Amino acid sequence: MSRPEVWLAIALAALVTLAERGSFLLTQSESPLPPLVRRCLRYVPAAVFAAITIPALAQPSGTGVGPVDVRLLAGIAAALVAWRTRNVTLTFVVGMVVLWLISWVLTASNA
Amino acid sequence: MSLERRAFLQGFKDVAPMLIGAVPFGLITGVSAVGAGMHPTDIIFMSALVFAGSSQLAAISLIASGAAIWAIVLTVAMVNLRHVMYSLSLAPWLQRYGVLKRLLVSFLMVDQSFAMTVLRYPREADDYPRFHFALGIGVPMWIVWVSTTAFGALLGAQLPAEWQLDFAVPLLFLALLVPAVTSRPLLVAAVVAGTLALALAPLPYNLGLIIGSLSGIAAGALSEGLFRRSKPVAEPERAQA
Repeated sequence: MSRPEVWLAIALAALVTLAERGSFLLTQSESPLPPLVRRCLRYVPAAVFAAITIPALAQPSGTGVGPVDVRLLAGIAAALVAWRTRNVTLTFVVGMVVLWLISWVLTASNA
Repeated sequence: MSLERRAFLQGFKDVAPMLIGAVPFGLITGVSAVGAGMHPTDIIFMSALVFAGSSQLAAISLIASGAAIWAIVLTVAMVNLRHVMYSLSLAPWLQRYGVLKRLLVSFLMVDQSFAMTVLRYPREADDYPRFHFALGIGVPMWIVWVSTTAFGALLGAQLPAEWQLDFAVPLLFLALLVPAVTSRPLLVAAVVAGTLALALAPLPYNLGLIIGSLSGIAAGALSEGLFRRSKPVAEPERAQA
């Protein structure tokens, strides 16, 4: 993407986010959300985050331990930490460190 | 001390622990954006104008993969849909204010500020300066978010490519995804969305992401009835930074 395209994307993303935040605060509409919409809204974070995460983690990076990609291994380690601790920072640190360690071991053993 | 100033300081006091939690998330977002190929200035602008961490990460990963602009905007809109619910629950408390003040409160509303605000308003009297309280929450949060992403972006630009910082964005999403899955219907939503998005990844314009997300939402909502007898459905928990 060119930078003007990135700027356009940022401007539109900012506008759509403000529209969502202002949806009821600015219109002072009295109509509540229908139950079906509320029900669907509960599933938005889990569904969208999964749709972003899974394909990105499954994408081959070119280096692996046998057939298993290093990024997938780092992702599994991070998922375990996220599951046990629910701590974003710790998950991030463990994932990156595992990625670096495996990459470093692979480089060292190939040299 | 005027009532307004006192309410502003009350907001600042309420949000202080949240500010500390936002620091590492902002730093990591800035580093990741640069790792994914964004210009440091652009991520600072994005933090200042969009001011919503997880949607910014989604946009960063799509910008890195060269997605169409409409796909980026649609994804940001989906990730931020929860703000419609926040807006709905805060609207009755702020009706006495003019449109500019309500616009400012809207712009500054994030997960943390909503949580603190919705706890505070019912405890205070009718003449409580609710607008000033919202500013006391929102302004420090905005300053911390923009400055930490800026610092992270400048730091990220100095780090070597061998650090593989492009992996930071999917990793952060994983860290947000796992705590969001707190019930079986939420697990159904995540599995359906992730599997379909992976299978449909070759489709152009990131259609796989959009179709996967929408199918996951539908699958979660539909499966709610199936699981209702076995386990009550919890509200998704927000991850702690």
